[in-house]
Amino acid sequence: MILTHRNRRSAGDVLFQVMVTALCVLIFLIVAYPLYFVVIASVSDQSLVSTGQVTLYPKHISFFGYQEIFKDARIWTGYKNTIIYTVLGTAVNLLFTLPAAYVLSRKEFRARRFIMFAFVVTLFFNGGLIPTYLLMKQLHLTNSMWVFIIPFSVNVYNLIIARSFFEHSIPKELHEAASMDGCSHFTFFVKIALPLSKAVVSVIALYYLVAHWNDFFTGLIYIQSNSLQPLQIVLRDILLSNQVFSSGAGSGGAAGGYAQQYADQVKYAVIIVSTLPILIVYPFIQKYFEKGVMIGSVKG
Amino acid sequence: MISRSGPKLKRAAALPKARKQTVLNTFRRDYQLWIMIFPAVVVIFIFNYIPMYGIQLAFRDYSFTKGLTGGEWRGLFYFRQFFENYMFVDLMKNTVVISVATIVLSFPAPIILALLINQVRLKRAKKTLQTTVYLPHFISTVVMVGLLSVLLSPNSGIIGHLLQWLGLGDVNLLGSTKTFVPVYVLSEIWQHGGWNSIIYLAALSTVDPQLYDSAKMDGASRWQTIRYVDIPALVPTIIILFVLSMGSVLGTGFEKVFLMQNPLNLPVSEVIATYVYKIGIISSQFSYSAAIGLFNTVINFIFLFVMNMIAKRCSDISLW
Repeated sequence: MILTHRNRRSAGDVLFQVMVTALCVLIFLIVAYPLYFVVIASVSDQSLVSTGQVTLYPKHISFFGYQEIFKDARIWTGYKNTIIYTVLGTAVNLLFTLPAAYVLSRKEFRARRFIMFAFVVTLFFNGGLIPTYLLMKQLHLTNSMWVFIIPFSVNVYNLIIARSFFEHSIPKELHEAASMDGCSHFTFFVKIALPLSKAVVSVIALYYLVAHWNDFFTGLIYIQSNSLQPLQIVLRDILLSNQVFSSGAGSGGAAGGYAQQYADQVKYAVIIVSTLPILIVYPFIQKYFEKGVMIGSVKG
Repeated sequence: MISRSGPKLKRAAALPKARKQTVLNTFRRDYQLWIMIFPAVVVIFIFNYIPMYGIQLAFRDYSFTKGLTGGEWRGLFYFRQFFENYMFVDLMKNTVVISVATIVLSFPAPIILALLINQVRLKRAKKTLQTTVYLPHFISTVVMVGLLSVLLSPNSGIIGHLLQWLGLGDVNLLGSTKTFVPVYVLSEIWQHGGWNSIIYLAALSTVDPQLYDSAKMDGASRWQTIRYVDIPALVPTIIILFVLSMGSVLGTGFEKVFLMQNPLNLPVSEVIATYVYKIGIISSQFSYSAAIGLFNTVINFIFLFVMNMIAKRCSDISLW
């Protein structure tokens, strides 16, 4: 009796396992295939891609799209600008966020609760686009590279993640012992707290870095000059406004199939080239994700 | 307790005069902390609090000479102008439809995914699956929409071809009022569903292993284990995240809708955020668009507040 019961149950569990596996494979394909397709489409002959003959592997290898991109000055300007904004921006982000997070993790800091409250309020309430825009104008930040770096350099979510980490993962005894030896907050933060917090620093640095790299909004709202536009604005022009070639040759779908085909190849290539830097950083930081999100979810 | 009395004792011994913790004394003691937090306070004050003060623009005329707060007081004039605008109903409807559809449909996806990933026994397979499903989260909105436009194109995209092959015909998925919302929501799930599952996976990893053992002892099947052990473990996280997502019922992200807009789908894709951008930044009607923005923020806040109250009543779990 018991035996048959157990057998039946394990049969159910086998079915369950099969379903889990099938679903996982399906999800994997749904996510991975479009990404894989963009890669093979970017190096295949476009007449084959656009008629649906490229599905599993590249056909008639052609680097036309990449060649066009390398000739396109707009992309290089955008790339250069975005690299500057990202490197400088992330540095300022970390410089402002981490010390503040450390301070807010210190129980003896008198204004801790008040400042924390003032910061958290901004998560739920803000002035909105127009007052912010007019402020930037008054401060002469519009059409300036600093608008990418200074205004929103402290992200309160990231600050909370770092603060929770400092609070829970740096043993209290450590600070006591250090301060007995006459160690100041500056020294303790730089020499002890930071080296112990590599995981959280990497996660936050990644969040900031990706946010800068993918930032489209700031360029759209605050920048008029083409020489200051970040990569994402250039990408928008190429991918969505169909201004594929700087000369304007590929613009407009009505212009005919020929131009459109090559426009598509440029688009596939541009997607790869613009996303590559993030894909390179991704695997190195990936192991910290779960930790970062978990720390962030600690309430308070 | 120990950490508090430690330094204090030491202080007291070193400086007998400073036994009273006056404001000046704590400030002198903590001046380094003040220096460290100074930049963050300044940045948040200038760029978050000054614009809040600037909200009064919604009740005033904008004066190019007297600045943000110098114009004539108009009371609720600009709000009335918005409510009486022929666009009002459509804007509200589009905004609510897109965000409610996004919340309702994309909310369960990461939960199901986390439960599923949690069932994968092979370490390597699990890792590969996780790495893959997190990846799209890092693609920029511009690239994401560009990806949609090349893949969904009815005459040259692979998904366009697939639909034709399935006999669904020549649909221009990005240029139709019927398909805009489904494409928007499904691509949201595709891009962020994996990433959003991390927090649930983290919650599942904190489940006491003894619970699984006793479930097994009691003869629970794997399905029953999910039903009676895993899902209850996720409930607090689910509630918190649901309340948070309620705060954005009218907060459809600007970027993706804006980038997906074209003349063909505009009747369903014009939302409050894109309208504020067009009226305010493009046409410089600052007071009017500030009023619309404020209206939006207030509605969001009310939703968040009410949902939080309900959650508190029903489950004792709340944001504050």
